[in-house]
Amino acid sequence: MVEKILISGNEAIGYGAIYADCTHYFGYPITPQNELIEFMAREFPKLGRTFVQAESEFASISMVCGAAATGVRAMTSTASTAFSLMQEGISGIASMELPCLIVNVQRGGPGAGSTQHSQMDYLIATRGAHGGYKNIVLAPFSVQEAFELTQLAFYLADKYRIHVILLSDGIMGQMYESVELKKLGFPPLPEKNWAVKGSAAHNYVRTFVHNSPGIIGSYYDYMKRSDEKYTKIKENEVRYETYEIEDADIVLVSYGSTARVSLRAMYLARDEGIRVGLFRPITLWPFPREAINKIADNTKKFLVVEDCMGQMIEDVELAVVGKARIGLVGSMDRNLPTGSGMILSRKVLEKIKDFN
Amino acid sequence: MEEKDSPRRLICGRPKSLMQAKSPLCSGCQHGIVGRIISEVIDELGIMGNVVGIGGVGLKRGLNEEAVVFTIQGDGDLAAIGIGDLINATVRGEKLTTVFFNNAGYGTTGGQLAPTTLIGQVTTTTPDGRRPEAGGFPIHVAELMAGLPGVVYSARCAVNTLAQFKRTKKAIKTAFQKQIDGIGYGFVEVLSACPPLLNMRPTKAREWFEKHMLAEYPLGEFKNVNEREIKYQIENN
Ligand code: SF4
Repeated sequence: MVEKILISGNEAIGYGAIYADCTHYFGYPITPQNELIEFMAREFPKLGRTFVQAESEFASISMVCGAAATGVRAMTSTASTAFSLMQEGISGIASMELPCLIVNVQRGGPGAGSTQHSQMDYLIATRGAHGGYKNIVLAPFSVQEAFELTQLAFYLADKYRIHVILLSDGIMGQMYESVELKKLGFPPLPEKNWAVKGSAAHNYVRTFVHNSPGIIGSYYDYMKRSDEKYTKIKENEVRYETYEIEDADIVLVSYGSTARVSLRAMYLARDEGIRVGLFRPITLWPFPREAINKIADNTKKFLVVEDCMGQMIEDVELAVVGKARIGLVGSMDRNLPTGSGMILSRKVLEKIKDFN
Repeated sequence: MEEKDSPRRLICGRPKSLMQAKSPLCSGCQHGIVGRIISEVIDELGIMGNVVGIGGVGLKRGLNEEAVVFTIQGDGDLAAIGIGDLINATVRGEKLTTVFFNNAGYGTTGGQLAPTTLIGQVTTTTPDGRRPEAGGFPIHVAELMAGLPGVVYSARCAVNTLAQFKRTKKAIKTAFQKQIDGIGYGFVEVLSACPPLLNMRPTKAREWFEKHMLAEYPLGEFKNVNEREIKYQIENN
């Protein structure tokens, strides 16, 4: 029998990490992801795995970098303002092509912003820091999915030798739902013959990772390798879910916690005879551009629901390429446009009705 | 190649762990000497297959217990941007070996002020010499490290003479040994002169080094203990 427990979205990521055989966690406290670092502090040592509370988020991402370089499954978690602090480290990880997981439980911004939920880090998560690298971004919309995508994240990271960002948010993190705990099965992975573990581990062949692809070695080779990797990911790893889009006059596009709100708004609209569908990207990078473009052949109205002032909407615009009209339900549509307000289903319904 | 019946015997050569590669260093740079010392120590301790070196800011975990991890750091990533991480690594009780190259400035980026730059020293960002009012004071990292409970060995050395070379080698070997024995963090600061930074020829730079660097930064062992000190402990039952 599969075990079922009631846990928060933050804890589900912790369980996901355990089930994915992640052995190293490094983090620094920040709201609204504290349940996760506390879960790791409690559970990891019991399993003989490594938990370290770092002195800063820059230190935690550097530790993830060091651990990942040795070939183990490593991760960190943080929230918005401190996600910014990690950017240099993440860019370094990209240059070294190290598989690892970085969880961002989004809070309000800019700056320290608020300690409550938002979806204001879409662009930084999908576009990244300096240097033009790409990374896989996964966005769960239920506690169960947070558990499963964490496992998928580690698999994809190892498969492509790339870092993965799990983009959650304050509501997702604090939300409690029952979860079926089961280990997902994945195809076999390539051996990490590049890992730095001391040459004895590789028949005395020395291994080396470094963050200067344009100084040491060939910049061209690095870019070519990355380009091929990104193309392969775009071809194979796009994930999304659709609800009632076949006959929809309006398609809502939403990820994470606002996708839950949108799903409910969709049913409310359907009850009133308005033909609404929902498109939910699960991978924010690679973004399901082609799928949306296809839908735009039939549906002429897209309403993007995201708790910010419009970020994912840019990707939707790029996907639709002028074939349909696009509207936004954003942070200004919270019931209280403050740190504590949120986008409610009835507001989305209202916007659906207004969208002519 | 050494041959069995050959009357010739190799008395000096490249340490096994030192890779054969073209040196990227400037002529007159003493870093190569320290690199050689580290390689000799790795050879002598027989840890070649189990050693991981880290250049610049970076930290390890995830390696097996026997792995010997050392970091090689300079004035910037150790004494400026990375000083917090360095101290916190010892606060966490990491058992590492750090070799710190102190050459009183930033060589790679073209000779700017570092935290270790001497008072009065001209750099490209202190064109009139470092003044305490604007540029502050040189930092003495080896003494600072000696004050931290996670550190079990801290020394400052130089490689300007053969005698100093031997002392440096002994210090680095001791620091490695403390890590291998599971005692704690070992730190060795090695002073050196960087000719381009000083805008001098190597011989001149060495004179400058002996006159000024050694006056500011005393050589010696600041800590050498065989146990990490715990002053007070709460007994939980
Ligand atoms: S710049 Fe200075 S420290 Fe760097 S290689 Fe040249 S002499 Fe050595």
